[in-house]
Amino acid sequence: MSQRIPVTELTPDFRGRAEEALADGQLRNNFRVAMDSLMTKRANAFPDADEREGLRELGNRIKAGALSRLPDLLEQLEQKLTENGVKVHWAETVEEANNLVHGIIEARKGSQVVKGKSMVSEEMEMNDYLAERGIECLESDMGEYIVQLDNEKPSHIIMPAIHKNARQVSKLFHDKLGEPETEDVNQLIRIGRRTLRRKFMEADVGVSGVNFAVAETGTLLLVENEGNGRMSTTAPPVHIAVTGIEKVVPNLRDVVPLVSLLTRSALGQPITTYVNLISGPRKPDELDGPEEVHLVLLDNGRTGAFADAQMRQTLNCIRCGACMNHCPVYTRVGGHTYGEVYPGPIGKIITPHMAGLDKVPDHPSASSLCGACGDVCPVKIPIPELLQRLRQENVKDPEQPQQVKGGGAKYSRTERWIWRGWQMLNTRPALYRSFLWAATRFRALAPKKAGPWTENHSAPVPARRSLHDLAARHLDQNGGRSS
Amino acid sequence: MSQLFYDAAPNATRVSPEREPDRQYPEKPEAVTLFGTCVVDLFFPEAGLDAIRLLEREGVRVNFPQEQSCCGQPAWTSGYRDEAKAVARAQLDILDRSGLPVVVPSGSCAGMFRHHYRVLFADEPGTLRRVEALAERTFELTEFLLKVCKVQLADRGAPSKIALHTSCSARREMNTHLHARELLQQLEGVERVDHDHESECCGFGGTFSVRMPEVSGAMVKDKTRSLMDSGAVEMVTADGGCLMNINGSLEKQKESFRGRHLASFLWERINGASAGEVV
Repeated sequence: MSQRIPVTELTPDFRGRAEEALADGQLRNNFRVAMDSLMTKRANAFPDADEREGLRELGNRIKAGALSRLPDLLEQLEQKLTENGVKVHWAETVEEANNLVHGIIEARKGSQVVKGKSMVSEEMEMNDYLAERGIECLESDMGEYIVQLDNEKPSHIIMPAIHKNARQVSKLFHDKLGEPETEDVNQLIRIGRRTLRRKFMEADVGVSGVNFAVAETGTLLLVENEGNGRMSTTAPPVHIAVTGIEKVVPNLRDVVPLVSLLTRSALGQPITTYVNLISGPRKPDELDGPEEVHLVLLDNGRTGAFADAQMRQTLNCIRCGACMNHCPVYTRVGGHTYGEVYPGPIGKIITPHMAGLDKVPDHPSASSLCGACGDVCPVKIPIPELLQRLRQENVKDPEQPQQVKGGGAKYSRTERWIWRGWQMLNTRPALYRSFLWAATRFRALAPKKAGPWTENHSAPVPARRSLHDLAARHLDQNGGRSS
Repeated sequence: MSQLFYDAAPNATRVSPEREPDRQYPEKPEAVTLFGTCVVDLFFPEAGLDAIRLLEREGVRVNFPQEQSCCGQPAWTSGYRDEAKAVARAQLDILDRSGLPVVVPSGSCAGMFRHHYRVLFADEPGTLRRVEALAERTFELTEFLLKVCKVQLADRGAPSKIALHTSCSARREMNTHLHARELLQQLEGVERVDHDHESECCGFGGTFSVRMPEVSGAMVKDKTRSLMDSGAVEMVTADGGCLMNINGSLEKQKESFRGRHLASFLWERINGASAGEVV
């Protein structure tokens, strides 16, 4: 599985990929059905609005508070983990992180890695990196396993294979594994499990992500539903956890509301089937567990977001995926259209810090700013507000110093002048009224084509008289004021 | 029901349970300023006029400053902060002249006054005080009629079934998603029917509709389809932007179904005739 993932090689821009996705009826149906179900599950998991809002407020305070003393907490985390026997590694870039992981595997002369679900490892493109060095890295989360088998990338951060239905998975298993076709989901799971069980036992190294890293106790918390996380972190002799630096929280007490917010927002579950608390390698008197535990803490642009008081809020994210489940754009175009590791609303606000805004210049515009994402975010990230901020960064003069990496990518002198003209029109009453007069008077001459607008709409025709006109006349007659 | 909506839970996108509006409302004032909004001004002026008549019917004198233009939102959502700020400042000056409460027949422009002006002028403490005062006295038309005027509507129209589209700004910024429903409930002959994915965005989003016409077009097609499938004979909404988007799409699709501004709908129901085409 060393081929490059095809997704990034498709149509180069967001709009082109969106067009392809929108034309794919099966894909649209898969997403619509899945997102509807997830929205219903979340709604049912929060029957009490006051409780929900109180919990979101608390979640926001815990994350914002943790971020306000991020350097101290990271230091404390490193110290506690070290005391617990966990080796802590720091990586500024994905290259460094991959190097570190590779180094750990090499030191054990490992050739087989089994991986629980980890979005940070997707960020690193760890599978490819290791494959190029002769190390097989097998995904053990069912969804991740499916997308890996099909040489794809995850289309959702919680449900990587959500873009496929049972029939498509059945065909994939038939084509790649030679299994008989079946649309029975339990049967399909059984097929996956059969392959994976063996791999857990054979693997030299297990890799996992981290949901919350607890500074006070040096504990790595990992939630999951399939048991593959527990297998990946306990069966192989070495466990490497990879995570972003923003995952640290002060103490175990903070984790309780955060886990509740995470599992209820993501899947409508009161709690996941497995909650793993990893606090070190196997001790001499213990029967199982890995001999070595490593934690790789990755920056990859996070400190850039951290340095900006407004953009720092992106680091509140606990990766529940509720924003994408509720996003009318994501629901229609699916995760692959975004062309990046993190799709949907949260992807649009974190990817610029990782890849640079110039790599994803269309992302901030791919939103009607409807606000559904911000409304459901369990840690109250004001996603629409941050998208608006990125739109500003996008159109800044590229010659000027940029506040967000890759800013100014959408700068256009022409567009700037159009908005200057718009400003003039709307700040000079006489000019505005002349415009109204001309637009209503010559309405018959309104253009039949108005750029992209008339792709989806009839040409807009101004009314016979403007409200300015109607109101003046009406108020003159009826004693109101049209000052 | 279209293919895409087959398996959808009814109203799945509604962020439930719905929140209660939490705003404190003042006594009914003697006079207000109507901020018409640029979309209503040019494309739905009859809705603006009907809003004036509804307010006058409640004994509220209406002031319509002729210097007003646009709230500044198009530039603001497009990332052109300076241009948005200049236009916002002009409106602020005009609205401050009388200092009257401001009634807006569009949720998104009201939301601009109440929320986004604060962000625009965050770096100007002097102006910010005026912005806060404007936010305090800005009302979306439906909430002003219902909560401030405590309007009582006597229906004189024939029985009708309608669908209500609530704009995202009304729902999430102004928290007025229940007000239009309550107004419609006062009309005896009007039955409001739910439509599928009622709380989902119609796809307008200002310049989003021209920057991402593919996605925006897919959204408005789904919206118009669910409105037509609802069994309603027409749609009403209290937002000019959504109305332009939905009606423009329906016309392009050569459908006869149409939406109307809530102000015009209400005025017609209580009078048995529209004041719209008097000109």
